[in-house]
Amino acid sequence: MSALLEVKNITKIFPKVRANDGVNLTVEEGEIHAILGENGAGKSTLMNIIYGLYKPDSGELKLSGETLNLSGPHEAIEKGIGMVHQHFMLIPVLTVAENIVLGAEPGGIPYNKKKANELIREISKNYHLEIDPDAKVKDLSVGLQQRVEILKAFYRHAKLLILDEPTAMLTPQETEELFGIMRRLKEQGISIIFISHKLDEVKEISDKVTVMRRGKTVGTLNTKDTNEQELANLMVGREVVLRVEKSEYKPGDVVLSVKDLTVLDEQNIEKVKNVSFEIRSGEIFGLAGIDGNGQTELIEALMGLRQIKSGIIKYQNSDIEKLPTRERYKLGISYIPQDRQQEGLIMKFSVADNLILKEYKDIRYSKNGVIQYKKVFENASKKVEEYDIRPTDYTLLAGNLSGGNQQKIILAREVGSNPKLLIAVQPTRGMDVGAIEYIHKKLLELRDGGSAILLVSLELEEIMSLSDRIGVIHNGVIMDILDGKSATREKIGLLMAGSQIDAKEVEV
Amino acid sequence: MSKVLKSIYMPILAVVIAIIIGSIIMLATGFNPVAAYSSLFIGAFGTLPNIANTLANAVPLIITGLGVAIAFNAGLFNIGAEGQYWIGAIVGTWIGYSFKGLPWYIHIPLALVAAMIAGGLWGGIIPGFAKAYTGAHEVITTMMMSYVAIYFSHYLLEFGPMMEKGSVPQSPLIRDSAVIPTIVPNTQLSYGIVIALVAALFVYWLMYKTVWGYEMRAVGFNQRASKYAGMNVPFNIVLSLSLSGIFAGLAGAVQILGVQHRLYDSFTSGYGYTAIVVALLAKNNPIGVVFSALLFAALGTGSQYMQLNAQVPGQLTDVITGLIIFFVAADKIIELFKTMFKKQKKEELAS
Amino acid sequence: MKEILLNPQLWSATLAMATPLALPALGGTFSERSGVVNIAMEGIMLIAAFFAVLFAHLTGSAWLGLLGAVIVGMIVAVIFAWAAVTLTADQVILGMAINIFASGFTAYLLNTIFGFSGTPTDTPMLPNIDIPIIKNIPFVGQILSGNSVIVYLMIILIFASDYFLFHTNLGLRIRAVGENPEAAETAGINVIKLRYLGVALSGLFSAIGGAYLSIGLLNSFSTDMSSGRGYIALAAMIFGKWTPFGSFGAALLFGFATALSMQLQNSALSKNIIMMLPYILTVLALVGVGGKSVSPAADGVPYTPKK
Repeated sequence: MSALLEVKNITKIFPKVRANDGVNLTVEEGEIHAILGENGAGKSTLMNIIYGLYKPDSGELKLSGETLNLSGPHEAIEKGIGMVHQHFMLIPVLTVAENIVLGAEPGGIPYNKKKANELIREISKNYHLEIDPDAKVKDLSVGLQQRVEILKAFYRHAKLLILDEPTAMLTPQETEELFGIMRRLKEQGISIIFISHKLDEVKEISDKVTVMRRGKTVGTLNTKDTNEQELANLMVGREVVLRVEKSEYKPGDVVLSVKDLTVLDEQNIEKVKNVSFEIRSGEIFGLAGIDGNGQTELIEALMGLRQIKSGIIKYQNSDIEKLPTRERYKLGISYIPQDRQQEGLIMKFSVADNLILKEYKDIRYSKNGVIQYKKVFENASKKVEEYDIRPTDYTLLAGNLSGGNQQKIILAREVGSNPKLLIAVQPTRGMDVGAIEYIHKKLLELRDGGSAILLVSLELEEIMSLSDRIGVIHNGVIMDILDGKSATREKIGLLMAGSQIDAKEVEV
Repeated sequence: MSKVLKSIYMPILAVVIAIIIGSIIMLATGFNPVAAYSSLFIGAFGTLPNIANTLANAVPLIITGLGVAIAFNAGLFNIGAEGQYWIGAIVGTWIGYSFKGLPWYIHIPLALVAAMIAGGLWGGIIPGFAKAYTGAHEVITTMMMSYVAIYFSHYLLEFGPMMEKGSVPQSPLIRDSAVIPTIVPNTQLSYGIVIALVAALFVYWLMYKTVWGYEMRAVGFNQRASKYAGMNVPFNIVLSLSLSGIFAGLAGAVQILGVQHRLYDSFTSGYGYTAIVVALLAKNNPIGVVFSALLFAALGTGSQYMQLNAQVPGQLTDVITGLIIFFVAADKIIELFKTMFKKQKKEELAS
Repeated sequence: MKEILLNPQLWSATLAMATPLALPALGGTFSERSGVVNIAMEGIMLIAAFFAVLFAHLTGSAWLGLLGAVIVGMIVAVIFAWAAVTLTADQVILGMAINIFASGFTAYLLNTIFGFSGTPTDTPMLPNIDIPIIKNIPFVGQILSGNSVIVYLMIILIFASDYFLFHTNLGLRIRAVGENPEAAETAGINVIKLRYLGVALSGLFSAIGGAYLSIGLLNSFSTDMSSGRGYIALAAMIFGKWTPFGSFGAALLFGFATALSMQLQNSALSKNIIMMLPYILTVLALVGVGGKSVSPAADGVPYTPKK
């Protein structure tokens, strides 16, 4: 075997982020090479560089020994690089054939439908990817749409196929089918880069695996010589242990009780399956899991932002699953959403206005529909000081503040209202160490004051240092609930990878 | 203060550039721009009656402009304010002439309120619900509804139920009890200007001081975050388009009660379209709307004087209006100008 | 009523009234299929109508008038495209700006160049064309023969547009760009270039429509003579589901409404009601009554290439 693709010391810096930082990668011919890493580890940036969508700031790309200097995807395509994006680059109203040949139509001015269909049938046969060229893409299942994407790459004579999180939207059956296709392609000498954060899938399908963390490649392993636990460790990292001083665990009454909750996503796929757990006052319940295992759907259901299929959500002994979002807030539930700019704040509102985003109708801030700006400003100046929001001018637009200070606005609003239940999703994402410590301190203060906290995080370290109990979610199922003190990284890592369910199934 | 300056800097620059291009057009067609602009100014502000007429002209622009601005604040484009204005004018006229023996303090408010409701329904119900629940774009639906309103008024006036006896397609005159009195005699300036100014203050208060305005603006900036904050997004879409129509309808009725006193068939106002321009230049600030409406009203009244005294065709003001909006919309052009200017300066310094 | 329907004048008027709607509707189809909402078509028609008369008068040739109108119309379209596509400004607001400018600019030029008496009465007109054989068929001949050359040009353009949009590679690419510009870009297509093309074509078609108004139907220009046809064309395009034949069909329907209302001059009641119908139908089509009209997915959304 010889190296098909060599990535040497690639660095790509975006404003404020080193998305890729000295990345190295070698992909051999006829190999399935997995790239493993959490969201934000830099996988997509790397792939966009290889596909010519981004230009690296430094470093080198070589394909079959030849240095590549890509000015755009069309050149990458020319060199034989094909990519299937996580969000398909398809045009639903066009036919399969039209989608495949788009941009590289066979011959002449008129669209040659006969020729296009013929070419596609030929490729489908060669690669065993059956498809009806005349079907409209919008009428196809997600699995078949993905097939169209793969055919698109081979229509353009791809030697190297990049699959970006290809199983994210697939059913288990479709995933199996995809793996079958990948194996056949490998036999035909095609190299595949398989991007994923699902350990079990990486283990099943890849020959080699390169792990990325925080923009760096932290190691390349032969898949058969490693295990899921080692991969999980590499992926989540062992560095910077943020030890948190925690007072004794004194749980009180049950605040939130979820029973047999099932939630569907937009494609009507079950993303949360019969989930049950309880959170008590004075405790932090950490929900660990690799991104995309149902956390988003679960939280949205708890907040009334997404309809549930079945199950019960009890808050302080009353059913709330039918209440609209605002009513849930009124009952004393607070929520720190994952995306502060799109979900947590109105960027073009002032800091003061954002601080009352959920309470502007409350008697404290408005009378008969008129907002009492004196009170609003009083609240703002108090919160700005208490939560150290900078700059201290609360009439500035939230969009003019740094990310850390934006998060502090949300924190001030959600924690400052002394909630009985706080749902915090990745509250420290993208923060620097100082801000992280600050946020952790606030969460613990809230816990010690008798609130219940549901902490969702992809950072194992964060979950482990803060949580009193840890629930691990995999593929929409809570695998186990562990005691925060005795839980080990290895144990959680295995559960996150879905290992225990395999073991249990075998026992049955 | 510097904040205010910053926010009016771009619109003013757009006006200045438009005026300069207007000068170039005049020079190219053999006119003296200085003479033209000064007669334009005199025509708009030179005498008391001129000022009064400019103010009178501003009234429908302010009120309709407020309506458009409300929708813009909620992230919606009410391009059909013209039709809602017509509906308001129709209803105002009808109530104005068909109710007998009412005292003015009942007749006038009755006409205004009915016109507001009608305008609100026209703008809010169909385009609002269509937008909120089927996603039909409000630009198209309000525009189509606008044409329907205009033809509806033709229908009423041309041998229809609102036509006065005779052969002229016009409605009967409204009764005296429904007339909003004039402030400056022999001009068009009625107490409608008071209504307009009060409306501007009201809308400012509504949008910036109340929970309803807070919600509408939140939805306009970020629907997702608004939903996450527990707001009812579809309701706010319908509400803001309804309010938009309410003000356009009010403008139509005020114009009938204060100035026209009857509905004419050929009364193609165009106020609904200029109102969009007014709101855009004001960056949708209700107080800014007043000043921006004054500018366009002045262009309107001044243009006639300019045509008479400087012989420059009055439509030049439309050219300038179009250019202003072009530069307000494509504000990146102004940025381009600025960088070009800076470069040139640097080069000059270098040489 | 039967008398009116059997009057060939009604049907030839339908064709004549449909032409200045169908042309910009076709143009709008190209523009919107590429992802740009172009309400500036109204202004482009008006400007083209003026320059058609101006050039026809100056050169003494209606054909050169048409050519001049097309050139000026496309210049305006390219300026619009530059602001809308390259500078990513709001397309609807830009369109309004151009329409207001066009209304003022043409009226201004009319007065400065031709004075207040209007355009000269000896301005040449584009010819009407008799179709051999068909012209001798009773009734049908009166409708289909003897129309302005632009009417026949329009019919050719409809077929050509349909072929171009749905049966050529370039047409496929234009449609892709309007549906999902990101996907088109990753397939190696230049999104910006194709959007310019879409807008330029809308300028071309609108300009022909505008010239038809001033030197096809008449031989004079009057202020605001496009009288909202650019907007109605937009409605026809939507009602026709963004297809050339659909747009033509809708334009015929709207043209029929206009022609019928002219015939009904004296019974006012139905005339204005009939004129409302096209707009009501368009709203209903948008809301989804009787098969929803769905716009191209990326219609009206500016696109910034990734790099």
